[in-house]
Amino acid sequence: MLSIHDLACERGERLLFRNLDFELSAGEALLVRGGNGRGKTSLLRILCGLSLPAAGVVRWRGELIGKVHEQYGREMAYIGHANGIKDDLTPLENLRLAAALGGRDLDNATAMAALERVGLSRCLDFPARVLSFGQRRRVALAGLMTAGALLWILDEPLTGLDVQGVAMVEQMIRDHVVAGGLVIMTTHQPLALDGVTPRTLSVGE
Amino acid sequence: MLKFLFTVIRRDVLLAARRRGDWLTAQFFFVMVVSMFPLGIGPEPSMLRTIGPGVVWVAALLASLLSLGRLFADDYRDGTLEQMLLSPYPNTLLALGKAIAHWIINGIPLLIIAPVLGIQFNLPAEALWILVLSLAIGTPILSLLGSIGAALTLGLRGGGVLVTLLILPLYVPALIFGAGAVEGVFSGTGPEAHLSLLGAFLILSLLLAPWVSAMALKVSVE
Amino acid sequence: MNLYYYASPSTFYPLAGKLIPWFAALALILTVVGLYISFFLAPTDFQQGEGYRIIFIHVPAAWMSMFIYVVMAFWSAIGLAWNTRLSFVMARALAPTGAMFTFVALWTGAFWGKPMWGAWWVWDARLTSELILLFLYVGVMALQAAIDDPRRADRAGALLNLVGVVNVPVIYFSVKWWNTLHQGSSVSLTGAPSMARIMLWGMLIMALAAWMYTIAVALVRARSLVLERERQTDWARTLLEGKP
Repeated sequence: MLSIHDLACERGERLLFRNLDFELSAGEALLVRGGNGRGKTSLLRILCGLSLPAAGVVRWRGELIGKVHEQYGREMAYIGHANGIKDDLTPLENLRLAAALGGRDLDNATAMAALERVGLSRCLDFPARVLSFGQRRRVALAGLMTAGALLWILDEPLTGLDVQGVAMVEQMIRDHVVAGGLVIMTTHQPLALDGVTPRTLSVGE
Repeated sequence: MLKFLFTVIRRDVLLAARRRGDWLTAQFFFVMVVSMFPLGIGPEPSMLRTIGPGVVWVAALLASLLSLGRLFADDYRDGTLEQMLLSPYPNTLLALGKAIAHWIINGIPLLIIAPVLGIQFNLPAEALWILVLSLAIGTPILSLLGSIGAALTLGLRGGGVLVTLLILPLYVPALIFGAGAVEGVFSGTGPEAHLSLLGAFLILSLLLAPWVSAMALKVSVE
Repeated sequence: MNLYYYASPSTFYPLAGKLIPWFAALALILTVVGLYISFFLAPTDFQQGEGYRIIFIHVPAAWMSMFIYVVMAFWSAIGLAWNTRLSFVMARALAPTGAMFTFVALWTGAFWGKPMWGAWWVWDARLTSELILLFLYVGVMALQAAIDDPRRADRAGALLNLVGVVNVPVIYFSVKWWNTLHQGSSVSLTGAPSMARIMLWGMLIMALAAWMYTIAVALVRARSLVLERERQTDWARTLLEGKP
């Protein structure tokens, strides 16, 4: 479903990687590996369409992602280094706002259920400003669950999470892949997805 | 599509309402800059009447520049800008929504304050009315053109000063037509010609600015 | 496309190197000829005296200042549309020269204005537009200087450049409108309709000299920009190692 061809990326004047090819089908997970500064984040940003590659193309369902901005925006969800939540809004408001901007209706009950699932049921009424980093990460993950996307692009989703949090994310990823979804992610931590073996891709070697 | 536009506008207004302190700063800046001029020039009524429209307009330019720094910067820092750029709607719509929200938050208050400041400058009632009208047509231009500058300087060191450098020259036509409309009342030529030119400039900005600032946002978040 | 993307700078670099001396020589010859015409052959103006001779520098500089901005916008548009790096380099290489000519036009305008109007600065429509043009040049250069990543700097500068070029006619029109309302009688620098033929020649040759100078300087600047950006590539490495 997602295929990339002959991808190259540069930062400043430095070539991070080139001639990158791969294809990912439904129900597959891809783990992007590489040391710091090797271009993992750059690759992920190219895949979600935030950055333009120096050369090469990214296709979603056979179409260039630049051409199917709307469809791709509906079917893809991205979590980057920043959590993408507003400090002045409560977690609930954040989720509903993100859904509205994504063109989806999200009622209070569903949003609340998602927040409960990520373990935030006690913080629903506080502005996100007072939450810890890990808790804000959980808000972003709740947003991911309610986004209803087919392709998840996750940049270091485990940073800042405690042991239960990591287990929760692993469970989320496994469920998503088993249900036929696609996941592309980076992490420096060991990942235990029992039953699902992610493919790996090394960049910048 | 329209729903997305309204969501973007509603979001920014809501966020501004949660941070009223920041918002009030820009309005008081406007009042203070205007009030400095009589102190520097002297309280002679006919002199004040001559410079009044120009002073209010220049202060409006500066006040709009002051608030532009935050137009995209906060969203850029917490990652919500990325998320909005990835939403399934054209980015031009996002840029337009942000500019409209900026106008609602920072432009409309100026319209309400301006007559009071006009009275300080001895402007007659008819001129006050034209001043508000010229600001009503002109301040959206400031928000639209300003959004280009804010998008281009996103995340740069000294971005605030840089926005001023990039955008002030582009504001020149709005300043000339806007302040000129009020002077047209005094000189007897009437404000109509100025106001229609200002309107034409607004249409041009409305057509081009959201499109350019959407491209600038893409360049800046890369 | 891809081939052009990588190969073009390596062919541009030596080609520009060969062209620069020719343009520089032409610029020098034309300047000498032009200055000779303007200072020795052109007759003294019976109204303005010898002071008018400053227009032989002022007018070509003003022409160039506007023209270079448009040329920059042209390269910017090409660069944004086809993602060609060399176009961005050209746009960037032209900016300082354009700003320099704008400054020269303002400076000589002031010199001309002192004996003619009795003031160094008059808010004449052309001079005011020229001043705002200088602000636009400064804006583009400041933006490009503030951005570290060359790719982003190129694109951001190009976008600002395009916005500027759409705005320049509006600005010029608005300033002119403002000027006629406030001054009544307009005093303008290029007022003399019955210009002696030899004066026109002098001006044209000076304008041509300014062209040649601009091309030569822009090529020099573009060459060093290309080399700086391509220093990681093979051709630039061999070049740099070959010349100690």
